[in-house]
Amino acid sequence: MSAGSIIAVIDYGMGNLRSVSKALEHVAGDKQVIVTADPAVVAAAERVVFPGQGAMPDCMRELDARGLRPVVLAAAKDKPFLGICIGLQMLFDHSEEGDFAGLGVFAGDVTRFPEAKMFAADGQRLKVPHMGWNNVAHKPHALWADIDDGARFYFVHSYCVQPADSTLVTGTTDYGIPFTCAVGRDNIFAVQFHPEKSARDGLQLLQNFVEWRP
Amino acid sequence: MLAKRIIPCLDVTAGRVVKGTNFVGLRDAGDPIEIARRYNEQGADEVTFLDITASSDQRDIILHIIEACAEQVFIPLTVGGGVRKVEDVRRLLNAGADKVSMNTAAVQNPDLVFDASSKVGSQCIVVAIDAKQVAPGMWHVFTHGGRNDTGMSAVDWAKQVEKLGAGEILLTSMDRDGTKNGFDLALTRAVSDAIKIPVIASGGVGNLQHLADGVSDGHADAVLAASIFHFGEYTVRQAKEYMASRGIEVRL
Repeated sequence: MSAGSIIAVIDYGMGNLRSVSKALEHVAGDKQVIVTADPAVVAAAERVVFPGQGAMPDCMRELDARGLRPVVLAAAKDKPFLGICIGLQMLFDHSEEGDFAGLGVFAGDVTRFPEAKMFAADGQRLKVPHMGWNNVAHKPHALWADIDDGARFYFVHSYCVQPADSTLVTGTTDYGIPFTCAVGRDNIFAVQFHPEKSARDGLQLLQNFVEWRP
Repeated sequence: MLAKRIIPCLDVTAGRVVKGTNFVGLRDAGDPIEIARRYNEQGADEVTFLDITASSDQRDIILHIIEACAEQVFIPLTVGGGVRKVEDVRRLLNAGADKVSMNTAAVQNPDLVFDASSKVGSQCIVVAIDAKQVAPGMWHVFTHGGRNDTGMSAVDWAKQVEKLGAGEILLTSMDRDGTKNGFDLALTRAVSDAIKIPVIASGGVGNLQHLADGVSDGHADAVLAASIFHFGEYTVRQAKEYMASRGIEVRL
C-alpha cells in the first residue's frame, strides 16, 4: 500500500472517531483510512479529515498539546481537506465559546445561536443545541455531487461560523437564523453537520470527498 | 427546517432485542444489528439501544453490538442501561455510540451528569427520566423500573440536569409505558416547555396518531417507540408519512 493512498483522520484525543473512520472505510474503496495522532502519517497522507466534537477551546488545546497544529495547517494548504463540526469551527479566527483563538485559516468568527432569535414560525421556542436533521441549501461545489439541494443532514451544535468572505459559503441552513453550514476554498471543504451520521447523503458526501480532485 | 425525529428503541438483553410490558413477559424480537439496519433502511432518524441486562458480567455484550452496529448503520446511536460512571460513558462512546443515556446513576449522583458532560461534551449526554403522576399536574421521578419514588418533581429534575450539562432528555411516562394508550402529553409538554434542550417523548405509543400527538400536543422534539415497529405493525416510513400528513416536519 503506497502512502499516497492514505486518508488520515486526525486524532487529537477529543472524542470518538470510530464513526468517522467506519463511514470513510465504507466508501474508501482501495484507500486506507488511518486514525492518527502522528504528524508524519498526516504529512504523508493523500487526503486529510479533521473532525472535532465537544468544546472548541478544548479541541484547540488538545491539538496543540499533541503538536498537531503545524501539520494541520500544512495539510490545509495543499491536500484535499475535510473539516467536520468543530473541525470546521477551528479553521476560523476566533470563537465566542470560551473567547478562544482558532487556526485562522479562514477570516471570521464562531458565534452562539442568538437566544433572542430562537423561535420557530409558530412561535415555539427552538432548542439549543440545534440537534437533528435539517435541510442544507447548496452553492455549487463538487462535494454536493449526487446529493439533492435541500437534502437533510444530521447536526449537533450550539455555535456556528460567520465567514468574513461570503464567497467561502458552500451551504446554508435555517434554524432561527440562516447560518453557514458548509464552506469551501481550493482544497478545503468543511461542514458543520456530521456526514458520518447522515445516512445515504452523508456517505455520498464522504465518497465525493474521497474521489475529489480539487 | 429542523425535522422532528422518530427513534425506534431496542431493549437488549443477552444479545437479543426483547419487548415486554413493565419488564414482565419479555418477547424475543430478534437480532439487534439486523433490526437496527432495517430501521435505518426505513428512514429512522436515530436508533436507541437500552441494555436491560441484569447481571454485570454480561455488560460487555452491548459493547460488541454497538461496535458491529456502528460499522453498518450511519445514523446516530444512543445507548443506555447500566451507566454508572464516566468510564462507562467513555467505553460506550469508544465502541461507537454517539450519545449515552443515564438514569438511576444520575439521580443517585447528579455530579455524574456534570462530570460526564464536561469530559465528553453535552451533545453526548442524555438523561433518561422515568416519571409517574403523583397528583394532577405533578409528576415525580421514579427509579428501579418505576418502583422507587425519589420524591423529586420531574420538571425540576429536568431543569437541574439541563444546568448540569445534559444535552437531551429522554422522558418516559411510567404510567403509560407498555399500555399503548399514547404518551402522557401533559407530562411531555410540562417538561419540554420548561427547558431549552431537546426532549424525546417515550412510553405508551400504540399507533401513529400517538407519535404525532407527542410532537404537536406534547411539544416533543423527538418521539421514541419500540413495539409498534418491532412486530411489523408499522414501518418507520409509514410513521413519517403519517406525521407529514399532520403537517409535522419530518425527514422523508
